[in-house]
Amino acid sequence: MPPSFPFSAIVGQAEMKRALTLTAIDPTIGGVLVFGDRGTGKSTAVRSLAALLPPIEIVRGSAYNAAPVNGEDRETVPTPVIDLPLGATEDRVVGALDLERALTRGEKAFEPRLLARAHRGFLYIDEVNLLEDHLVDLLIDVAASGENVVEREGLSIRHAARFVLVGSGNPEEGELRPQLLDRFGLSVEVASSTDIAERVAVIKRRDAFDRDPEAFVAEWAAADAAHRAAILGARTLLRAIETPDTTLAVTAELCIALGSDGLRGELTLMRAARALAALEGAMVVTPAHLRVIAPSALRHRLRRDPLDEAGSTARVDRALAEVIPA
Amino acid sequence: MRDSAEPVAEAGAPAWEDAVLAAWLLAVDPVGLGGATLRARAGPARDAWMDLWRDLTPERPMLRLPPGTPDDRLLGGLDLAGTLAAGRPVRSPGLLAEASGRTLVLTMAERCPSGLAARIAAAQDAGAAFALIALDEGAAPDEAAPSSLTDRLAFAPRLDGLPLAALAPGAAPCPAEVVAAQARLRSVRAPGTLAEAFVGLGLALGIGSLRAPLLALNAARAAAALFGDDEVGEAAAAAAVRLVLAPRATRLPPEPPPADDDPPDDPPDSPPPDTSPDTADASDGDAPTPDEAEGPDDGGGRIPDDVLVEAARAAIPSDLLARLLAAGALRTAGGASAAAGDDGAGRKGGRPVGSMRGALRDGARLDLIETLRAAAAWQPLRRRLMAEAGAQATPGRVLVRPDDFRLKRFRRRAERVVIFVVDASGSAALARLAEAKGAVELMLAQAYVARQQVALVSFRGAAAEVLLPPTRSLVMTKRRLASLPGGGGTPLAAGLAAAMDLARLAKSRGTTPYLAVLTDGKANIALDGAPGRPQAEADARRIAQALRVAGVRSILIDTGNRPAQSARDLATAMGGAYLPLPRADARMLSAAMRSALDGPG
Repeated sequence: MPPSFPFSAIVGQAEMKRALTLTAIDPTIGGVLVFGDRGTGKSTAVRSLAALLPPIEIVRGSAYNAAPVNGEDRETVPTPVIDLPLGATEDRVVGALDLERALTRGEKAFEPRLLARAHRGFLYIDEVNLLEDHLVDLLIDVAASGENVVEREGLSIRHAARFVLVGSGNPEEGELRPQLLDRFGLSVEVASSTDIAERVAVIKRRDAFDRDPEAFVAEWAAADAAHRAAILGARTLLRAIETPDTTLAVTAELCIALGSDGLRGELTLMRAARALAALEGAMVVTPAHLRVIAPSALRHRLRRDPLDEAGSTARVDRALAEVIPA
Repeated sequence: MRDSAEPVAEAGAPAWEDAVLAAWLLAVDPVGLGGATLRARAGPARDAWMDLWRDLTPERPMLRLPPGTPDDRLLGGLDLAGTLAAGRPVRSPGLLAEASGRTLVLTMAERCPSGLAARIAAAQDAGAAFALIALDEGAAPDEAAPSSLTDRLAFAPRLDGLPLAALAPGAAPCPAEVVAAQARLRSVRAPGTLAEAFVGLGLALGIGSLRAPLLALNAARAAAALFGDDEVGEAAAAAAVRLVLAPRATRLPPEPPPADDDPPDDPPDSPPPDTSPDTADASDGDAPTPDEAEGPDDGGGRIPDDVLVEAARAAIPSDLLARLLAAGALRTAGGASAAAGDDGAGRKGGRPVGSMRGALRDGARLDLIETLRAAAAWQPLRRRLMAEAGAQATPGRVLVRPDDFRLKRFRRRAERVVIFVVDASGSAALARLAEAKGAVELMLAQAYVARQQVALVSFRGAAAEVLLPPTRSLVMTKRRLASLPGGGGTPLAAGLAAAMDLARLAKSRGTTPYLAVLTDGKANIALDGAPGRPQAEADARRIAQALRVAGVRSILIDTGNRPAQSARDLATAMGGAYLPLPRADARMLSAAMRSALDGPG
């Protein structure tokens, strides 16, 4: 496994980095969708996230990343960041009967696959809009229930599969189904910068990384460690953060003004704002936090009218200006 | 008009010399440069290049990858025969894994579906060490290899139209020289300012992707290594610009600029300050940031910018304009996949695209081979279990369980392409054009919900224009529609003809085209571009009839101020529905659209 590009070394793309950081602080925010131009480092950012995530404790040897509840023998493993490749078969995603055991020992045993490995971690789909429809259906179902149910050869398997769904794609390849869109907590639009200095910095860092990955990663280790510490600190702080009723009222007002579907948007917005407050070390969630995070939390939930000339981001901005005057 | 401009032949010898140089550079650094897109028909030029590549890289045997390659062959899977013979699962690694350290040749790259492109790109990103040669035989400017792929390939030599005499072999291909250059490559330094120069030039040439300057940097180093230098000099940098940046240009570099174009003398090392003042971003900027790595790149010399700009200007393809027109035209999403069958009218369900697990229910079609494959591995176990249960398995009979059922997956029946043909002429006066746009948007919303592909053709002045080949992207469609200008004559026949071409193409790709024509029916420009109402109307009628004969379903929405007989006649000639816009409201349009889309077809 070659080392991945350090998260801290990603130039610009503040919104994307923020969204990924916030879901790392509070996984219940529920995933990130990164949409944008080619060559803007979408998948780089997601892959580099793995190095930032604090390890998790699992029952020793568990193929399902089961959390120890009692005194089981336990071990510490990195938070899984699992790639769901295009073209993966259904068996490879949900799991299948273990063919090897069936053939060699004549036993029927379930072999857990991607969804089991992603439990308590991240599931990443690059080019998510090219994913086969039947796999999309399956993911929507599992992401909603947090549980993977498989029936094979008379075996019925049911295991927990709660993961943060991270998708990236290029809008020119096509749209996402609204149902899948809704599964992502935050959505981010990335564009390649037109600022020369920023572009030069991107090129130089990438070039340095390509030429000597180990040295480059070592150089940025301190920055990544600081970021990881910030995530951990924010996690501990999270429970103590206060969300005043006034902020809740503003949240509701914002969602109503935008006509966003269901309560999911409101919930995500609140959670993301709280995580942001924790990251900043603020003890109280204020409308200022909402303002920062509202575009990411809401813009992909406005697709009711896919043809509004203004575009989703502009609509969120408009509503923000009305509800939270500067 | 509707004939697609063939790429213009370039001056012979220099183009071939550059193509040769590209092959050498790629041989020196195949992983850093990704590969090359060969835009050429099969022919002596392409063969000569491929021969050269073969001679340069004897250690990289070629592996052919046709665009119809199924996933299990591409990504690997269970090797059924091997599994049964060995009595344990035997997996085949798949082409992409096998290609590591070799040359992967993607044939008919212009037909490569975006899904396949994404899989190849993912393999490259994951560090598969193959050089990719994409053979692009596209004829029309907008028929080309997927940009998700070409973006990652450093070179795109254009070999079409090279005279035979130009194909001089140049220096004899010498693998030893390549190996020597490879050994030198790691220690080649690039001047610190080179990255800035490439980025700046990339922007000046209108290249959005950041991969381009990065690939140019690698190409410059490979060139220096090949030239036997330990630092990138003018020649190497210019070669990189010529071979990597110029072919990607979407606009000409500015004329020789005034003297103040020098970038600041001190390299802009410090990362740019966060320029978004509106957001207090705690996750960014607080963390300690190592100084920008200049490291081994910190060479002293700098290469004058005008050398690079000149190199770019000289190498920009002569048919830039034609390609620019096509550049906006995104590669058809989903595009062509597998071998497109014959026009195959009336086939139910469209083309099969693999299989999936599922229950045999209404209308599902069993994929027998895949079902047997799924069942085969379990035979020993099932026999034993049956024996244990006291049942007798008939010898020689395959035990199939419902779990084994694999169903054929078809390109969804709903996969249709709605081709909007919008009259943007002066007679469809501007106010009406706005209404027509509104109508198209309404129908777009329908198409969006039904996950249809849409395409956009407009006609005005003397000709028709395909604004958007079939796509699922609403974003693109909206953008194109919004910027559609109006005015001029009404070349209705040309518009219908362009739509007919698209419809044919859509059919050949296994999708069902559906035409939505928005016009007032008042044709006054004939198919050949000459003004004159009688000929124009006759031409329009002729093509309308051809559309009916071709079996393309259609609806004509009369955008005139009041319903016109000419429009109604045209709808009749097309064999399509007729709906006068003045009386249509949003609901009616939606309903018309829905009935059209849900109807048999």
